[in-house]
Amino acid sequence: MKILAVANNTFKEAIRDRILYLLLFFAAVCIGFSRVLALLTVGDEVKIIKDVGLASISLFGALMAILIGTGLVYKEIDKKTIYTLISKPIHRYQFLLGKFLGLVFTLFIMLLLMSIIFLALLFLHTYTIEWAMLVAIFFIFLELCLITAVAIFFSCFSSPILSSIFSIAFYLIGHLSWGFETLLQKMKPGVGKTLGQILYTVLPDLENFNFKTEIVHHLPIPTKFFVYSSFYGIFYTLFVLILSMLVFRKRDFI
Amino acid sequence: MAIALEVKDLHKSFKTGFIPKRKKILEGIFLKVEEGEIFGYLGPNGAGKTTTIKCILGLIFPDKGEIEILGHDYLSLQAKQRIGFLPENPYFYDYLTASEFLRFYAQLFGLDKKEIDKKITGLLSLVRLEDSSDIQLRKFSRGMLQRIGFAQALINDPSLVLLDEPLGGLDPLGRKEIRDIIVRLRDNGKTVFLSSHILQDIEMICDRVAIIVQGQVINQGKLQDLISEKILFTEIILSGIEKKDLEGLGECLAADGGRILLKVFDEKKVNGVLEIIQEHKGKIHSLIPRTETLEDLFVGMVTKQ
Ligand SMILES: Nc1ncnc2c1ncn2[C@@H]1O[C@H](COP(=O)(O)OP(=O)(O)OP(=O)(O)O)[C@@H](O)[C@H]1O
Ligand SMILES: [Mg+2]
Repeated sequence: MKILAVANNTFKEAIRDRILYLLLFFAAVCIGFSRVLALLTVGDEVKIIKDVGLASISLFGALMAILIGTGLVYKEIDKKTIYTLISKPIHRYQFLLGKFLGLVFTLFIMLLLMSIIFLALLFLHTYTIEWAMLVAIFFIFLELCLITAVAIFFSCFSSPILSSIFSIAFYLIGHLSWGFETLLQKMKPGVGKTLGQILYTVLPDLENFNFKTEIVHHLPIPTKFFVYSSFYGIFYTLFVLILSMLVFRKRDFI
Repeated sequence: MAIALEVKDLHKSFKTGFIPKRKKILEGIFLKVEEGEIFGYLGPNGAGKTTTIKCILGLIFPDKGEIEILGHDYLSLQAKQRIGFLPENPYFYDYLTASEFLRFYAQLFGLDKKEIDKKITGLLSLVRLEDSSDIQLRKFSRGMLQRIGFAQALINDPSLVLLDEPLGGLDPLGRKEIRDIIVRLRDNGKTVFLSSHILQDIEMICDRVAIIVQGQVINQGKLQDLISEKILFTEIILSGIEKKDLEGLGECLAADGGRILLKVFDEKKVNGVLEIIQEHKGKIHSLIPRTETLEDLFVGMVTKQ
């Protein structure tokens, strides 16, 4: 109940933030642009629209999560609104959880809007509603939950600009680390490889949430990948949230 | 009398500077606030009033010390359920309207919807913001923010209200209104803990005060006990008399426009002065016996430190 009150307030804050609409606008432009791109390139038009559309949704969703998420907690401390909030009967972890859920709900609404635009555009080409796209979008949503948790984690102890840089770094590393894995496979066994493997386990692998290619090209996806990716997302998010709570638990609000 | 708030040996330091250095802010604060009183926490700028209040509320963690609120541990939700807090220079969620804001905070106390609606209407009219309930807080003036801050502090009908500079940023009329509300709170059986450096306000409404200087409480007690009723001197403004006739009776200060300001330190000499004035057919414009004020006490203590 208290968590929901904070979440509701966070949702109100995010939804009244202009930056959200700016990003939504650009996302719409990019999704629309995929059509122009399809006309200019040789190849399967529909596939290009799907590729570019899903990539836009994923990228702008991540930007929304980072740009809003990094400000959420910091602003409360900076503007001292947290003084009165924390003196109400609410635990600090409830506050953080509320912030997280509020932003996740906002992102859900944004994904919904972007999906509608995307599916509508596809409908103009194929005259069918491609529900399969929603599977890819569901995993984008899981990824956004994790990115939100990460953005909130950084904003518990650093300014929005620094937190944004950290979060964007997390996002990039997360999407490039699979390359690291292929590199590891080519290495000879030894200390270097072991260290590399440890590093790889610690590093986020956001490609786990990327089912875009499979969905677009109608490739079969084994169920175990779905299950693995879902659990990966949920546990990684919980882990980062718990870390944030630990950081937040004993910090002074000055 | 039960104790509403007790602070024992509170210490707090901050790390400051590029190469962190510990700066001691509170060096052993002791406070005892009884239920049903208005307690003034008085000190010059930077003495540590706000820091103390932040410790009490669990916003910052003390290095050492014990705090008990209404018989509960100060960090417990039971304690927080029964306190209200108004920060200094309050600033709130500027994207919310006044009633949305109060509703949000009311929800944190688990009140049901009907109760909340009633509370909001009552509080908005108490702080005279009933016409602004649908205005976003970003459009509020400084005084309106102070008022809505007051309203949120009372949303849970708290037993103990902590107010940090509650009269700051208000015009004389606004101050009087807030003062009246504070007194009414006490009359309704609530305990009020307020910090201020505006002495007249404290003097007017506080039952007891504590004076904090450089992180230590140097005096605490009933106002009457702290300030002696003794007359320090009597100020007489008179005219129609030569300055030399008053020699030896007191200190002649200004003497312009034929008026003389005489400061008589010895109470017994006041009658002598009056006799001389009558003899010389002079005129008395005013006669004011000055007792010790909180300000005298305050200035005396602060400079002594
Ligand atoms: N975060 C901080 N880091 C370092 N020093 C601090 C910090 N916060 C407060 N101080 C110092 O602690 C001292 C006490 O500050 P505090 O705000 O408690 O004073 P105050 O009694 O409330 O003063 P005022 O009447 O001006 O509100 C000041 O010297 C201030 O510089
Ligand atoms: Mg202060």
